[in-house]
Amino acid sequence: MTDIALYRTVRKPATYYRVRRRIVRLLQSAALLLVLLYTLFPYYWAFVSSTKQGAALYRAALVPALDFTYYRQLIDNPVFMGSLLNSAYVAVATTFLSLFIGLSAAYALGRIDFPQRRALLMIILMISIFPQVVVLSGMFELINWMGLFNRPSALVLTYLLSTVPFTTWVLTTFIREFPRELEEAAIIDGCSHFRILMKILLPLMGPSLASTGILAFILAWNEFLFALTFTLTDENRTVPVAIGLIAGNSRYEYPFGQIMAASVTVTLPLILVVLFFQRRIVAGLTAGAVKG
Amino acid sequence: MSARLARRDHVAAWLFLVPVIIVMLLVAVWPLARTFFFAFTDAYLDDPSTYSMVGIDNFLDVINDRSWWVAVRNTIVFTVISVAIETVLGLAIALLINEAIPGRGMVRAAILVPWAIPVVVSAKIWEWMLNDQFGVLNKILIGLGFIDHGIAWTASSSLIMGVIIFADVWMTTPFMVLLILAGLQLISPEIFEAAEVDGVPAWKRFWSITLPMLRPAIGVAVLFRVLDALRMFDLAYVMAASNENVMTVSIYARDRLISFQELGVGSAASTWVFLLVALAAIIIIGALRLDRASGELTK
Repeated sequence: MTDIALYRTVRKPATYYRVRRRIVRLLQSAALLLVLLYTLFPYYWAFVSSTKQGAALYRAALVPALDFTYYRQLIDNPVFMGSLLNSAYVAVATTFLSLFIGLSAAYALGRIDFPQRRALLMIILMISIFPQVVVLSGMFELINWMGLFNRPSALVLTYLLSTVPFTTWVLTTFIREFPRELEEAAIIDGCSHFRILMKILLPLMGPSLASTGILAFILAWNEFLFALTFTLTDENRTVPVAIGLIAGNSRYEYPFGQIMAASVTVTLPLILVVLFFQRRIVAGLTAGAVKG
Repeated sequence: MSARLARRDHVAAWLFLVPVIIVMLLVAVWPLARTFFFAFTDAYLDDPSTYSMVGIDNFLDVINDRSWWVAVRNTIVFTVISVAIETVLGLAIALLINEAIPGRGMVRAAILVPWAIPVVVSAKIWEWMLNDQFGVLNKILIGLGFIDHGIAWTASSSLIMGVIIFADVWMTTPFMVLLILAGLQLISPEIFEAAEVDGVPAWKRFWSITLPMLRPAIGVAVLFRVLDALRMFDLAYVMAASNENVMTVSIYARDRLISFQELGVGSAASTWVFLLVALAAIIIIGALRLDRASGELTK
């Protein structure tokens, strides 16, 4: 490599390049710090604010006061704890249902050649870009018929609209990445598709299912429009709606301390999941989009 | 493979697809069909069973409503500006992270944080940070001497759109960064090395190698973000529920449907939203195909 570089016409002294590289490195680190400050500061500030009481809340001290009164109030608040439970139930149920449905569909779409395969994949992709508000009227009617209005289970059903196309699409991409040789012996032996999926692919799919599942979980945990529309009473709400609807006693008494404590509580599980499974999440996010 | 075997395969494929088909018929196709149907009726939400057909009256009602057009303008302004900023910022951050830096995994995780936070929560955090009297942003600006007293960011109708765009950029740039980063990692480093050896300056390497090769990744990311931004609901609803300056088409449709109980008109508005999003999808997908086709011609 170096001897080719020697043929360049103008050659500056080595120190020039060394200094230049050092400056570039320095600028890069500064830019990186700026980016990290930009992405992380708001969440840090929410935490700092949630541990301050009374007048301290309105002073801009950067260190947390570590007074956890608001958190204790949240734990003692049955309505808030109830909505946390609702969110957990809705997100977990949605995740498992969509993984099951998505895996089954992904096996057919990724492993079996049949004429309508491409058309089906396109339809599923199209469904995933539906604006939610478009199905609101029909969904309202459906939920009333099934007697699910104002029940968290109604949300599990409606969230399948966005999570199932997503899991199907991403799992199809993942299944295609496994070499076909894996199953060839089984196919020659006349093994059924169901057995191939259960005995050969499923044991290998743990990481893919985790990536897809985490993303489905985050989608379901964060959803707002359906949760706002299909639940009426406080005890049936999910946390995003509960937080969205918190209001002070008057315009001048907006309870920011409590809201920040609730916000930190709701987000903490997600942040931990993101930090632990960063690699898996990136794999899931990019599987469908870039390789597809 | 014999024809009999192939047919057995096809039957197996459809069996595996039964769950997804049932679920999609139930939660996507059927509700969508009912929305389209109700758009032609004068039904009200409290009793959807009594209605009569009114033709295209509801559709006309929506497009004759001044606030519908305000919502359309808001939605388009929001989408164009926020996606444009996110793309540029996303590209810049992706290029920065793609360099060999220590702790790359942790940096990627840190960048994902804003994306994982529920929109409602982000809205509340920014509302607090932008508070006119006690918000930390005003305090910083005063401390730096840019302003003498706090600005009421979220209360002012001329600033609120900027605030919403700002919050959206904060929340969704990570998504852009990841997709562009994935695209960057598909480019083989030899191309850059060859160009560097040939003495091609850095900006030119970026302009004529990196950017063209990233075009598919950026295209897909922009497509997803535009479709997502066009249906934006939660951010504007939580930050400025009653402010007409940021009312999006989704908020407009939901308002008429749920708050005013107008099932017919609300459904017609939703159908317009559907058409708006479909049009955007067709235009963007068309542009991507066109690019790809012309790219192949010049090769």
